[in-house]
This record gives sequence, C-alpha cells and structure tokens, in this order.
Amino acid sequence: MSDITDLSFSELKKALQEKSLSSTEITLAFLERIESLNPELNTFITVTRDEAMRSAKNADTAISRGTATAYTGLPIAHKDLFCTDGVLTTCGSKILSNFVAPYDAHVVSRCKAAGLVSLGKLNMDEFAMGSSNENSYFGPVRNPWDTDRVPGGSSGGSAAAVAAKLTPLATGTDTGGSIRQPAAFTGTSGIKPTYGRVSRFGMIAYASSLDQGGLIAHTAEDLAHGLGLIAGHDSRDSTSAERSVPDYTEVLNGSLKGKVIGLPKQFFDDRLNNSMRDAMDMVLEVFKSLGASVVEISLDHVAEAIPAYYVIAPAEASSNLSRFDGVRFGYRADKPTNLLDLYERSRGEGFGSEVKRRILIGTYALSEGYYDAYYKKAQQIRRLIRDDFNHALASCDLIFGPTTPSTAFVIGEKISDPVSMYLEDIYTVATNMAGLPGGSFQAPMISGLPTGYQLTGPAFGESIILNAAHQIQMATDWHRLNPENF
Amino acid sequence: MSLTSDHVKRVGRLAQLGLTDAEITETLTQLNSILSLVDQMQQIDTKGVVPLAHPLELKQILRADAVTEMDQREKFQNTSPQADAGLYLVPRVVE
Repeated sequence: MSDITDLSFSELKKALQEKSLSSTEITLAFLERIESLNPELNTFITVTRDEAMRSAKNADTAISRGTATAYTGLPIAHKDLFCTDGVLTTCGSKILSNFVAPYDAHVVSRCKAAGLVSLGKLNMDEFAMGSSNENSYFGPVRNPWDTDRVPGGSSGGSAAAVAAKLTPLATGTDTGGSIRQPAAFTGTSGIKPTYGRVSRFGMIAYASSLDQGGLIAHTAEDLAHGLGLIAGHDSRDSTSAERSVPDYTEVLNGSLKGKVIGLPKQFFDDRLNNSMRDAMDMVLEVFKSLGASVVEISLDHVAEAIPAYYVIAPAEASSNLSRFDGVRFGYRADKPTNLLDLYERSRGEGFGSEVKRRILIGTYALSEGYYDAYYKKAQQIRRLIRDDFNHALASCDLIFGPTTPSTAFVIGEKISDPVSMYLEDIYTVATNMAGLPGGSFQAPMISGLPTGYQLTGPAFGESIILNAAHQIQMATDWHRLNPENF
Repeated sequence: MSLTSDHVKRVGRLAQLGLTDAEITETLTQLNSILSLVDQMQQIDTKGVVPLAHPLELKQILRADAVTEMDQREKFQNTSPQADAGLYLVPRVVE
C-alpha cells in the first residue's frame, strides 16, 4: 500500500510541491490504473493518454523552472458534457457519438490554465438525464463497491472513477442531484455550487435554469481546492454571477462551535428507513460533539419539488435539445428523403428512450393551452420552495439530510419504471430549484454500501458547507474507506 | 388527464422526433405515469404567486458591444455531417 493512486488530490498536491513525485509519475500511475480497471467499470468514454502524458511533461518542466501554479501537474477527468477542444465530447449520447468539440468549456479552460492534466472524459447518463448511469449510449457504469449495482447518476462515471481511484478529482454537473446522489452511492464527496457560481459556457445544456457544474473527489478539502479553480465570473455565461471567489481552503479549519444545523422535518418523517436514519443520527452526533446545535426546520413545499422539476427540466430540455437536428453536428440518419425525414429520423435514432421521454413531456407541457397548468404552475411552486429555504436558512447555518432514500440499487432494478427512478432524487432536487449550493459527503456504511449526508447552504455559502464537511472528515474515517476490490 | 397515442404522435411531430409504433405504445404508459406524478402540483394553492424563472433573480449582466469572436466557420463546420463551401447541406427543400 504505497500506490500513488491511493493519494487524494490534496495529498498529491503536497507530493508535487515537495517534489517527492513528478507529474509524469502521477499521470502514468493513474493511466495504468485506468487501463487495467476501466474495462470492468466503464467509467471513461475516452482516455486521452497521449495528451495527458504531454501535459504532464510540460507540467514537470514548468515545476522545474519555477513557473508552475499551485496546481500544475495534478490530474483531473471531465464529465463528457464539458466540451474539450479536439477531444470527443459525447454527452453519453449516440447523437453526439462522433462529436469532436471545437472549443473548451470555461471549466476545462480554467483547469488547463492552472496546469491540470486531463486524463479523459467520463461516462454519464445521456444528456445528464438519469440517476443510475444506465441511460448511456456507451453502456452502464458499475459501482466499484459492488459491480452489480449502479453508481448513481448522472455523473456516475465521475463518482465511480474517483471511488475506484482512477482519478483523484472529477468534474460533474448537477441539475437535480447528479453530483450529490452518485457521490453518496460511491462513498465520495461532491459539491454542487450555487447556481451562477461556475460558468455553464461549454457545458452541453440540459435544463439551463437548474444546471450547475461542480466536482467529485475523496474529501471536502480536495473539493475546496478544485472549486477555487473553476468558480468565478465568465462573461460568456449571462447567468454567471459577478462575485469574487473566496479561498475555499482558508476556512476549512474553522470551528463548528455555535453553528446551527437545521433538520427539515419532511426529510426525517416515517418514510425514511431505519438504517438510513441511524446513519444520519451518527453524523449528527459528530456535529454535536464538535459544538454545533441542531434545530428542526420545515420545508413545506419540498414534496412538490419533484413534480415541479419534471415540468421545468423537461420543458427546458425540449428547447435546448432542439439544436440536435443532424445538420450542424452529430449523428445524421442514413439517406434522408427530405428535410423533415432528416430531422425526425436523426433525432429518433440518435436519442435514447429517457431523453425522448423528457423531450415529449417538455414539448407537451409547453404546447398550446397547457402553459398555465404546467410550466407556470411549476415556476410558482419553484418560488414557494425557494422562499421555504430562505426562511429556514434565517434560523440555521446549514440544512442537513440524507442525500438519497437508500443505498445504491441493482443495475436493471428501476430502469423500466421512470417514476421510481425520479424519486431517487427526492432529497436533492429542491436545492436546485432554489439555486442553492449543496454537498454530499460520506456517512456510515449500511450493509457494506456507502451512504451520504447532504448539506445545503445559503447562496454562495459553499465555504460554510466545505468547512462543516471537512470538520466532520477530520473527526471520522468514513471518507477513508475503500471498496475492497478497487 | 391522460394521454392517448394520438397525443404522443402529435407531440412527437411538434418535437420533430421520429417514434416507431412500438415506441409510442411503450412510452404512452410511462408518460402517463410521469404526468400523474406531475399532477401532484395541482394540490398546491399558487394563487397570486409570481412565477420564479431564475433561482437567484440576478439581473442580466451587460457587456460592451465589442467584437470578441474570430471567424472560425471552417472549424465549426468540420463537425457537420455534410458541409461544402461554407454551406450546410440538407436534402433539397425547394424544387
């Protein structure tokens, strides 16, 4: 046990600074591990070996010349919906299975500018629609804790790759729980920043008023380093917030004495199963032992978050995905007889069934005569949800709950029942509706499978979340557990 | 209300999404179960509530009206299934 790949992002950073490891050694170690384990886990769609080795060599030169940044030479891998110039960017879809992006997403260019070495592109649910990573044209990702189980989704490749130590840090996106739920299922830490904190430029859009880029890693400290790199204003995203970015690592060691943790009574009612409740209680005991207090709060409309989400997200998706028409990029059906046939067959053959369902739901909800009953109603409920959170956060610093109703389910278990799949995100969706930052962090295992607890903070309060999670991680070892076979 | 296969066909046409008959049959049940989930919204009284389009209600940021993009037509058209001489090619539309 002295493998380079066992080290966290923060530990690798230290090793590079102390020059006990070179970027080439680190990069090679991860690439070799990817080559040996990826066939079983299917976390990567594309491995950019040559490019990674070249960047690593450049990083080592920069380090020896003293021109490196604090992060030069550290590895990362990107969810395959971040556009990467000259590299295949599929979004997990047949319709983009041949798409080589002609530019970098803002997040990707930030990482490149900091000298990070990209190992490749990570598998995901098609167009980020899913909670199990079974909706990928490139096949399901397997959970390293039990390869018969899903890793969660849609950032399932990101979470499973971190859990299996194929990369120490991965980008992800979260529209209704797509970073936090897979983090919980794989025993990793994940953060979905405040809407507007991270530029969406070059992120292939699913639901634009909910999508937000973030990260998955082993620890809150790793996330603090990564978030500092990718957060901040970008004029190419009109919803990107013009606010300065704090040093997220600086506040990690702050005491939790006097902090107030709010427990929404709706998350802890009799629908929560006993083993999950016990796991959450154990986390809360640690919070209390570190000086935090716990109060009950109420999020009155949280139960309606899922119904409203399944109007807003598909409606926005049906509009966003209209750009995939077989003309400008991506898959085109063979021998189209006329323009309409080209559109209908390219889209019909190029999209998978979950994407088609959401396009149909969204198109229906936006079609003539239904606006008031669906889209307007959902946006009204969205305001009620947002107001609930603001009201609750006036009486507490952070909102605490389980990330998921249960541990990772078996591949195939929910695939034919979309509604049961949607209910996987029952604890996470409301955070997106309110635009608030949320994180999922390792909680005690249940029957050998990881679980996660979720922290939701005030807008732009990512540092409060990371501080709290770091303090818990300093006092516990739940984040240090590794899957037996990986 | 519940959808019929005619609804699904009509919505498929609006979305320019080719669906096979088998897909329409299979998807119909699923769409109806999704819509009954969505209909739970109707239990909430939202009279007078202003719809929320943007979670943080930030104002749109203006930028200087300056040229910032270079012409990269050729690079962008490289990703097209069929392009020639700066044009995207599609089946003949006008006879």
